[in-house]
Amino acid sequence: MSIIEKSACELIEMLGNREISSREVTAAFCDRIEAVDSRVRAFLHYDRDQALRRADEIDHRRSAGQEVGLLAGVPVAIKDILCARGEPTTCGSKMLEHFKAPYDAHVIERLDRAGAVRLGRVNMDEFAMGSSCENSAYQKTANPWDLRRVPGGSSGGSAACVAALEAPLSIGTDTGGSIRQPASLCGIVGLKPTYGRVSRFGLVAYASSLDQIGPMARSVVDAALLLEAIAGHDPRDSTSLPHPVPPYRQSCQQPLPKLRVGVVTDYFGEGLDEEVAVAVKKAIEVYRSLGATIVDVRLPTSAHAIPTYYVVATAEASSNLARYDGVHYGHRAKEYRDLVDMYKRSRGEGFGHEVKRRIMLGTLALSAGRRDAFYNKALQVRRLLRGDYDAAFQQCDVVLGPTSPTAAFKLGEKSDDPLAMYLSDIYTVATNLAGLPGLSLPCGFTKSGLPIGLQLQGPAMAEETLLRAGYMYEQATDWHRQTAPLAGTS
Amino acid sequence: MATHPFEIIVGLEVHVQLLTESKLFCSDGTKFGQPPNTLVSPISIGMPGVLPVMNRRALELAIKAGLALQCQIARFTKWDRKHYYYPDLPKNYQISQYDMPFATEGYLDVDVEGKTTKVRLIRVHLEEDAGKNLHDDHGGDSLVDLNRAGMPLIEIVSYPDIRSAAEAGAYLEKLRTLMRDLDVSDCEMQEGSLRCDANVNIAITKEGKTYKTPIVEVKNLNSIKMVEKSITYEAGRQYDQWEKDGKVIGQAPKQTRGWDEARGVTRPQREKEEEADYRYFPEPDLVPVVITEEMLARIKGEVGESSQQRKDRYRDQLGLSEYNASVLVDKGRGVADYFDALMSHDIDAKTAANWVINDVLAHSTGRIKVMHDLAVEPSSLAELIKLVKGNKLNLNDARERVLREMISTGKDASTIVQELGLEVVVDTAAIEAIVDTVLADMSKVVDDFRSGKGKALGALVGQVMKRSQGKFPPALVNEILNKKLGVS
Repeated sequence: MSIIEKSACELIEMLGNREISSREVTAAFCDRIEAVDSRVRAFLHYDRDQALRRADEIDHRRSAGQEVGLLAGVPVAIKDILCARGEPTTCGSKMLEHFKAPYDAHVIERLDRAGAVRLGRVNMDEFAMGSSCENSAYQKTANPWDLRRVPGGSSGGSAACVAALEAPLSIGTDTGGSIRQPASLCGIVGLKPTYGRVSRFGLVAYASSLDQIGPMARSVVDAALLLEAIAGHDPRDSTSLPHPVPPYRQSCQQPLPKLRVGVVTDYFGEGLDEEVAVAVKKAIEVYRSLGATIVDVRLPTSAHAIPTYYVVATAEASSNLARYDGVHYGHRAKEYRDLVDMYKRSRGEGFGHEVKRRIMLGTLALSAGRRDAFYNKALQVRRLLRGDYDAAFQQCDVVLGPTSPTAAFKLGEKSDDPLAMYLSDIYTVATNLAGLPGLSLPCGFTKSGLPIGLQLQGPAMAEETLLRAGYMYEQATDWHRQTAPLAGTS
Repeated sequence: MATHPFEIIVGLEVHVQLLTESKLFCSDGTKFGQPPNTLVSPISIGMPGVLPVMNRRALELAIKAGLALQCQIARFTKWDRKHYYYPDLPKNYQISQYDMPFATEGYLDVDVEGKTTKVRLIRVHLEEDAGKNLHDDHGGDSLVDLNRAGMPLIEIVSYPDIRSAAEAGAYLEKLRTLMRDLDVSDCEMQEGSLRCDANVNIAITKEGKTYKTPIVEVKNLNSIKMVEKSITYEAGRQYDQWEKDGKVIGQAPKQTRGWDEARGVTRPQREKEEEADYRYFPEPDLVPVVITEEMLARIKGEVGESSQQRKDRYRDQLGLSEYNASVLVDKGRGVADYFDALMSHDIDAKTAANWVINDVLAHSTGRIKVMHDLAVEPSSLAELIKLVKGNKLNLNDARERVLREMISTGKDASTIVQELGLEVVVDTAAIEAIVDTVLADMSKVVDDFRSGKGKALGALVGQVMKRSQGKFPPALVNEILNKKLGVS
C-alpha cells in the first residue's frame, strides 16, 4: 500500500515509529497533486516548497524530542474560506481574488498547533453558496469517481482532493450540507459538528447561525482525529460552546451496545433516487444485524426545511456579504462615477450569479413589510424543526437517512436550474437549522459506480455517538476502502 | 419667542461615548486624537471572518447610565444589525439594539429658572460607533479613519417633553454632569463623546385651534449653545413656513436639516421620503445578554447616592436653600464632594455653601471632574474661613485679597494675612479711641442719627473702618458705636 493510500491514523503511527518522515509523507501527496490535480482541479493554491518546509520543521521537532501534536506532520487541505495570515483566501470569488488575510482563523491556529502540514487551499462554490462546486469563479472541480460529474458542494474541493488521494484529510464547512453532500458524492466521510463545537473565528461567514467547520476524511477514525484537533472553546467566537473535547479518535472505536437507530420515514418519498434508497435500506439492515434497534421516526417539519433554509441563510448572507463593497479591501471597479456607482460596479463585477441571487433573496426576506412573512416565519419553523428532532431523539440515539437524494450529477446538469440544485440539500439543511451534528459516510455505489452516502444525525454535542455508530457500520462494510478510479474525462 | 403664539416641542436623541479601555466588540484602544487608523484591527476594519465579542465593561457602564436615568433595566436584551452602506461603516451594518434595548422608560428632571420639568426617556440602547470620512479638499478622493469605528455608544432618546431652547440646554447640561459624575463618559462635545440631534416642531394656537408643524430633525450640533440657538431658529423658521404653506404634521415628510453655525440657520440635508429600510435582524454572531440581579445590585452600588438624593440631603438635613443645594449638586460631583470636604473641616453648612458657590466656583476655570480640580484645597479654604469667623480677618479682605493670593501663590491663608498686614485688630481701647474722634469730628451726622435717621450710622461705621485701614472687625465697631450713641 502506497503512502497516499494510507489513512491519517496509519501515517501518524508510522511517523511516531520513525518508519517514515513527514517530508516523505508530504512529498508523496504533493507528487499526487502534481500528477492528478490537472484533472481533478481541487486545488486553488498549492505551494510544495512551503508544505515541505513545514514538514521538515515537524520532522526536526520530532527528532529533537519535542511535542509534535495530534496530527504530527500529516498533511491537511484547507477549504479556501478559512483565513490564514499572509495567504490567499478567495472564497472561490473574484471579489477576494487578491485578498490575503491578515490573521489566522481559530481552526488554522489549532491545526498548526496540532502539527498539521497545510497542503494548500481547495476549491469551493463562491462564498460556500452551491452544491456542485460549479459556482467557483476559478475552476470546476471534478468528481474523482467520474470526472464528468460534480464533486458536490460547497466543499467540493475538500471532498474531491481526499477522494483522489491528494490529501489524507481536509477541512470543509457546512451551512446546509456543504460537508456532507460532497462527502456523499465523493464516497468519503464528512462530519458537520454541532453548532458552536468548532470556533467560526476566521471562517468567512456565509450564514452565521448555520455555518460550521468540520473534518473530511476517508474513514470515520480519521474524521474523529481531525475533529479532535479543531474542536473546542474559543472566546473569540461568542457562539462557541464551552464543553470539553472528548478523545474522539479513541472513543469512536467503541461500539454502541444498545444503539437505537431512528429511520426517518419522511425521507423515503418523492425525489429520492431508487438506487440511493436501496443502498440506505441495506445500511439499516446492517445496523439491525449489528444488534441495533430500528425505530421509525417522523420529522414532519423537515418538509419545510428547504424554503426555511433559503430564507434564513440568504437573509444572513445578504448582511454578511454587505462588507464586500470595494472600499476597504477586495475587488474595486476600475471606473466609477461616484460612491454608489463604485459600490454597484464593484459588487456587480466581484460577485457571481448565485451569490447575487442569494443576496437579493435575503435582502427581500429582511425588507420592511416582508420581514414577518419571511424571516420571522422562518425562525418559527426553525423552532418547530428543533422540536421535531427533540421528539425524535426521545426514541432513538441517531437518525438515519440518505445524505443526498442522488449520486453525483453531471457537470452543468443543474447549473441553470437553481431549484433543482437547492433540492440536492433536502436531507441536510434541517441539521443546520436545528444546530445539530450530522455525519455522512459511504454506504454503497450505483450500478454506474458512483458513491452513495448514508447520513446519521444526532442530538446536540453527540458527535461521539455519531462517530461510534459510524465506525460500527464502517467495520461491517468495506465501501470506504474503495478508491476512486479518476475515470472518464471532463 | 414669547412674542410668537406657539409652543416649542423638542425631543432629543443623544449619543454618549462610554469611557471604556477598549471598543465595544474588540480590543482596540479608545484614546481620542490618535493618528488616523491606528486604533484598528481586523475586527474593526470588518475583515472577512472576524467575529464580535461584547465588552462587558461597556454593558456595565451602560446599565449604570440607565440606572442613573431612572430607567427600567431589561433582564434580557439582545443585539441587532442595522444595515446601511457608507464607507465609514466597514461592515455596512452597525451592531445596535432594535426592539429590545437594555433600558427603557426613564426620566431626567430639568430645572430652568426655578421651574422643574420632567423629561421622560423612551429608551437607552447600546451600539457601536462608525468611523469618520475625511474629505480631501484638493483631490476628489475621500479618506476613511476607522479609529472611531466600534467605539461604544449609548443612545438616549427622550420623549418630546422639552418646551424651550433653554430646557434643551439644561437637559444636556444635566445629562453631561450625570454621565461625568458616574465616570460613564467624559461627554466632550468637541471630541464627539457627546452628540445630540434635536427633533423640533411647534404647536401654533390660532383662533382657538392648534396646528402642529411637521417634525424636523436638526443635526450638526457641536455644542450645547448650538443646540439652543438652532432650536430657537428652527421654531421661528417653522412658524414662518407654516404661515406660508399652512402644512401641518403628516402633510410633509420628516425633514433633516443641518445647523449652519456661521450663518445661524438650519439648512435642508435630505428629505426622508420614506423611512430608510435598515433591514434589522438579530445579530447572529452575538448571544443575547442576560442581566442578573447580582449584576444589577453590584452596579447599583457603583452608582451610589443619586443627585436627587444628595440634593434632598443638603436641603433637609443641612438646611440649605433649594437653590444652593441645586447649584452644589448640579455643578457636578467634584463640586458637591468639595462642599462635603469643606464641611468635614468643621465649617457650618450655610457658610460652606456660600463660600463654594460665591467664591470657589468663581475662581475655578476648566472642567471640574473631581474636587481637586477646584481652585483651592478644601483644607486651605477652611483655614481662611476660620480666620474670618474668629474675627481675625475681614470677610471682604478674605474674599477679595487673601483667597486670590492663595490661588495665585499656593501659600496658606495665615501667611498671606501676615504678609499683607491684614490682621484684624481686636484692641477694644484702640477702637474706642477712634470711635470717639469720629463722633467728635462728625457731630452733624451724630445729630442726624439722634433725630432718627438710622442710615447715618452707616456713615459713622464707614468712617471708623476707613481710619482703621479696615483692620477693625466691623461687628465690633458696630457694637462700640451703638454703645457710645446710647443705642442698646
